[in-house]
Amino acid sequence: MIGNYPLHLMILVLLWGYIYTGWSLMGRLGMVSFGHGAFMGIGAYTVVMLWNHFGLSPWLGAPAALALTAAVALVIAYPCFRFKIVGHYFALVTLALSEVTRLVITAMRDVTGGSLGATPNGALTEGRSVAIGALQFSDKWVWLAIIFAFWLLGLWVWRLVDRGMGRLALQAISEDEEAAASIGIHVTRAKLQVTLVSALMTCTGGILYAQYQLYVNPDTVSGIAISLQMVFGVIAGGMFVMLGPTVGAAFTLLLAEGLRLAFGNKYPALDTTIYGAMLVLFIIFMPKGILGALLDLVRRPRRAS
Amino acid sequence: MFLQVSKLTKRFGGFTAVSDVSFEVAEGEILGLIGPNGSGKSTTFNLIAGALKPDAGSVRFRGDEVGGLPAYRVAHAGIGRTYQIPRPFKKLSLLENVALAAFYGANSRLSREKAFELAKDSLKLVGLQETKVEGLGASALKKLELARALATQPKLLLADESLGGLDHAEMDGAADMLARIRAERGVTIVWVEHIMGVLMRVVDRCVVLDHGVVIAQGKPADVAKDAKVIEVYLGTDAFA
Ligand SMILES: Nc1ncnc2c1ncn2[C@@H]1O[C@H](COP(=O)(O)OP(=O)(O)OP(=O)(O)O)[C@@H](O)[C@H]1O
Ligand SMILES: [Mg+2]
Repeated sequence: MIGNYPLHLMILVLLWGYIYTGWSLMGRLGMVSFGHGAFMGIGAYTVVMLWNHFGLSPWLGAPAALALTAAVALVIAYPCFRFKIVGHYFALVTLALSEVTRLVITAMRDVTGGSLGATPNGALTEGRSVAIGALQFSDKWVWLAIIFAFWLLGLWVWRLVDRGMGRLALQAISEDEEAAASIGIHVTRAKLQVTLVSALMTCTGGILYAQYQLYVNPDTVSGIAISLQMVFGVIAGGMFVMLGPTVGAAFTLLLAEGLRLAFGNKYPALDTTIYGAMLVLFIIFMPKGILGALLDLVRRPRRAS
Repeated sequence: MFLQVSKLTKRFGGFTAVSDVSFEVAEGEILGLIGPNGSGKSTTFNLIAGALKPDAGSVRFRGDEVGGLPAYRVAHAGIGRTYQIPRPFKKLSLLENVALAAFYGANSRLSREKAFELAKDSLKLVGLQETKVEGLGASALKKLELARALATQPKLLLADESLGGLDHAEMDGAADMLARIRAERGVTIVWVEHIMGVLMRVVDRCVVLDHGVVIAQGKPADVAKDAKVIEVYLGTDAFA
């Protein structure tokens, strides 16, 4: 029997693995977004707020969260793509989106509980371990099953994108938008499609995170820190191979847990600071990430022989 | 008229790169668009292909206005273009470069398999092997440009071939290639060159640009005798 703590870690690795996989759909194709914290935050908060204030089941809250995420993603991404805001400028615009989302959640403290966060009203009365309507389960095995399913779904989407002509098109776009357009590629639409898929995956990740943890906080589901964690995790794991983002999720989680065990909560922003520093090191010394570098190591001798 | 360019004008700041340019292209012909460096040939191509928006004038292609449309829609309308300085997608293989053009040129209405099949045909037509883009020489990159444009199955090909650094044999090869493309695909071609020699052998008619203005057009033999054209080209080796 696996203890609760390892089970908890497994769930988180798969959940973050799913979210990172969603992020990589864009990141590997030249769209480095620091805005995914916004999509995660919108997912988590929309569902919890609708449940707490209107008693609306997460099953109905989720479509609302997805619709809101899609709207925000389109409103931000369309002008970016239309006016060819790419590279660092795209990163900056999306960074602002994350931060604005965090600030809005924090500022609406009467509704959201502000920086103290919020807890979904409990639906698990005595003796009940399952509340399907409220999407609350006390059994971690149930969560493992649910999140494993989403993780598999994420890998399936990755594969679908990877094998389609759309991936080639986006790769071409990341190199030369004008030449891509000259062969008939609708550049703005191609970018919007993958952005929507990526944002919606992240949004569902946020919903699952909120329902699993039964706690949301603007700093842990939105803002710069969480966006940086995603970028760092994916780059550390490797964004060009299917399991790279999941390896990155395991790596960031172990790092964060290790720091927490070593230092407790003495230095609250320590992990973010370390992410930032390590991100630079990874980009310089291991641009393909841990998994990418390992695969290269395994493949190279084989080719030589 | 197959392609009708009327009074096309493009300014960059206060500088008029293309000024009131008008010409026509009949279906099935090879038209040479010539003129010295900086005379506005590539800019004219960019205006027709939708890479630049004209400040004035119109481009009618098979009866429809395409002037000012975004580039991808011009491609769907059946106009393919090559770049003077090749712009391959370096992260993709040669075959992927061309297959992408086949797929999106047909507005995603093809299967992936069919797109790769068409790509192989186009590569064969220009005589390229399926390899990596890295390490390709100048003349192979020009061929890739052609293959990619042809893979979109254009009815009109805008070939910006003017590239210094090709020797006589290579230029002859390029001329034969365009003639063969027309013969095999029935594609109408506008061919941009700044050197007149080889081009004159293959084109049906020419349009001569100078400082963004059309200074002559007609049969190659007549254009070569035109006083204004001779003056523009005087002292250059362009007739070589
Ligand atoms: N994007 C631009 N911005 C400003 N000026 C431009 C731009 N594109 C072209 N020009 C200018 O417009 C003029 C015409 O350029 P164009 O490239 O059309 O000439 P060309 O006939 O193709 O010359 P070449 O034979 O050297 O290729 C040149 O003076 C060029 O410097
Ligand atoms: Mg030119």
